[in-house]
Amino acid sequence: MLTLNTLIADAKNFNQPSESVMEVQRVLQICNACRYCEGFCATFQSMTRRLDFNVADVHFMANLCHNCGACLHACQYAPPNEFGVNIPQAMAKVRLETYQTYAWPKQLGSIYQKNGLALTMLTSIAIILFLLSLQTSSTGLFNTNTDANFYAIFPHNSLAMIFGSVFLVMVLALTLGVRGFWRQVSTDPMMLGAAKDATLDMLTLKNLGGGHQQGCNEADDAFSLWRRRFHHMTFYGFLLCFAATSVATLFHYFLGWEAPYSYTSLPVILGTVGGLGLIVGPIGLLCLNLNRHPLHGDAAQKPMDIGFIASLLAISVSGIALLALRHTPLMGILLCVHLGFVMGFFLMMPYGKFAHGIFRSAALLKNAIEVKMGKSVSVGSD
Amino acid sequence: MFDVIVVGGGNAALCAALTAREGGASVLILESAPIEWRGGNSVHTRNLRCMHDAPQDVLVEAYPEEEFWQDLLKVTGGLTNEKLARIIIRGTSTVRDWMRKHGVHFQPSLSGTLHVARTNAFFMGGGKALVNAFFRSAEQLGIKIRYETTVKHVNVKDGIFESVVLDNGEVISGKSCVLACGGFESNREWLKEAWGQNENGEWPADNFLIRGTKFNRGDVLKNLLDQGADQIGDVTQGHCVAIDARSPLYDGGICTRLDCVSLGIVVNQFAKRFYDEGEDFWPKRYAIWGRLVALQQGQIAYSIIDSKAIGRFMPPVFSAIKGNTISEIAQQLNLDVDQLNQTVNEFNQSCHVGTFNHNILDDCHTENIAPEKTHWALPIDQGPFYAYPLRPGITFTYLSLKTDETAAVFFNEQASPNLFVAGELMAGNVLGKGYTAGIGMSIGTIFGRIAGQSAADAVKKMKESHAHA
Repeated sequence: MLTLNTLIADAKNFNQPSESVMEVQRVLQICNACRYCEGFCATFQSMTRRLDFNVADVHFMANLCHNCGACLHACQYAPPNEFGVNIPQAMAKVRLETYQTYAWPKQLGSIYQKNGLALTMLTSIAIILFLLSLQTSSTGLFNTNTDANFYAIFPHNSLAMIFGSVFLVMVLALTLGVRGFWRQVSTDPMMLGAAKDATLDMLTLKNLGGGHQQGCNEADDAFSLWRRRFHHMTFYGFLLCFAATSVATLFHYFLGWEAPYSYTSLPVILGTVGGLGLIVGPIGLLCLNLNRHPLHGDAAQKPMDIGFIASLLAISVSGIALLALRHTPLMGILLCVHLGFVMGFFLMMPYGKFAHGIFRSAALLKNAIEVKMGKSVSVGSD
Repeated sequence: MFDVIVVGGGNAALCAALTAREGGASVLILESAPIEWRGGNSVHTRNLRCMHDAPQDVLVEAYPEEEFWQDLLKVTGGLTNEKLARIIIRGTSTVRDWMRKHGVHFQPSLSGTLHVARTNAFFMGGGKALVNAFFRSAEQLGIKIRYETTVKHVNVKDGIFESVVLDNGEVISGKSCVLACGGFESNREWLKEAWGQNENGEWPADNFLIRGTKFNRGDVLKNLLDQGADQIGDVTQGHCVAIDARSPLYDGGICTRLDCVSLGIVVNQFAKRFYDEGEDFWPKRYAIWGRLVALQQGQIAYSIIDSKAIGRFMPPVFSAIKGNTISEIAQQLNLDVDQLNQTVNEFNQSCHVGTFNHNILDDCHTENIAPEKTHWALPIDQGPFYAYPLRPGITFTYLSLKTDETAAVFFNEQASPNLFVAGELMAGNVLGKGYTAGIGMSIGTIFGRIAGQSAADAVKKMKESHAHA
């Protein structure tokens, strides 16, 4: 009964638009009457398929928005105009609500969004300290064997079990979140062709192209491809690191090849290339984030953005350091630091910026389905 | 001292500045608006009317010179200078590459605008994106830009430009000058004076809304006319459309337009119809409704549609006034209930319904009613009913400085050797009245470029004559 009541309360909440949702509804009504930006990105094209915007539409379109800023700089109604249209900011505020609305458990979502940097770092440091104390009790602070054998410090099976289960729980939390989102925004049947289009949009960040593939806006009205490039480095760097771990796991269980692997082995090459991407990418994104035009996005979300970037950077820097110094007495400490950051990242995955990738992909899929179905409203003229 | 001073910061001014710079001149732009309001009315534009003999990049089919010219002739009723008009028309066929070079992007026309994909090239992101691109290019080319810099007086001696005087008294000398600072539509005193008082004792211009920038006060235009520059155009003519009466006083731009007029009826404050709502396609007739409303008492009118019209026109920026019956609509609009019911009933009874098609001039028309509705006449009978209030919205005025193919300003029919004009400040040479979509940008772009070239040439000539002396 309690669950049912909660569900009803949640449903009511969803139908009662928040202030951020109402602001998007207000600005979209202006945009839909203007439409000068329809060439920029999928968000405006999905807008032209509608005459009004319910709460689910707003959540969908907010996650379709890549916050590229092109429409703000091109907008005749941007502040100081009386209409005060700022789509990137209005959409960013709703996106934050999406992560909160669908986060599980919800409270953690809101704590993370306010204190992303502090929360991730504190969590990671706590885990690092815990791991260090474990290590000290078994081998002392500095490890004396320098054959780069991580499992001498933490047995492989316990590592695999702890990280594996945390990872799976977090993936489950994200999946439940995005499933709730999908049920609100999409009633259309899945289409294979649409999934292909959405995947391409996601992998190429087509919507950061400014409509003419010269990029998005950063500090001013000039177009730049740097956000796209740094995001690619981050995203593909992350995937390569993930692939490195997966390959190593396969090696371990199926081929019986145990770490440490040589510098020329597949997991180490994947991890090194990925790690470098994950250093350059997040540093670039951080610089862009700090120098962005003040009207872009939602300034209140900077702790979340920076927390996420810092977390990725800490993982890659500590990982590369571990690789470089794995034959020295510092190996044990670095291993604890690296594992601590990885664990901290996993724990925070569903509650913040990482979620943007999942929700945006879902929104891109929903958009691709609409495009494939040829949905449109026919309006007479310009 | 700068070679060329450009007064204004909209499309025409920027085209002039960039062209003068390409011609080797040092250039100073004086924009009266602060940086966040720069670009004048150009920020509210979206496309450029272009002639083309075959499909070209974003343009489909062909739009030959003659057809463009006939369209212009039709809307202006002959109040146009054919020589200048044809220069502009021909210029539009090749200018897009030059615009691209300076960072402007074009896009295929998308939703709701397909009927203009043949005649008009659309800017990606609209006019503000175009203006931003031109300003960036200007900065890269070393053109100096001063914002919040208003010219109050232009020093001209015997038809020769010498300097400009700013509102703070500062004097800036230049070897030549391009004036491209717009019409006088946001000068409310001048508008009031121009439109005068009507037979009901009203000052119609008091009820006008300005769709564009509040910085086009016409100071330079007035200053030049006071100094004997030759003028062209009627002071009451301009681009004047019917927009939502709830729009802001300035800078409402495109989103305030209402294109449901042809789908229903329009009544005045006496709840009576006054013009054929179905005369022609909305983009073609849209520019006449501002004047029509301006001539009604109170300068207000109401577009009334029924549920059949919903989804058939571009979504308006303000929500409709909604009622389940015509009487409810009348009450909400403060109109006489009986009169509005009578007007609607008479209209409904006169409808001769054929096959409704909003994409062609269809055969749904009225019979035995004045004024008639010649197309798309469907009875207004399916509730709920919707209404939008209309007021005249001025985009720009046509009173202009007379010019020729070199864009020179004329004094007593003598062309100035170093003072030129572009944009709205000379548009009246080509647009005596009426309007057709995108032609303002065609005039601004082509004459901006001509004025910039002429200004650079004037500087070169001066240098040569100095060298010879």
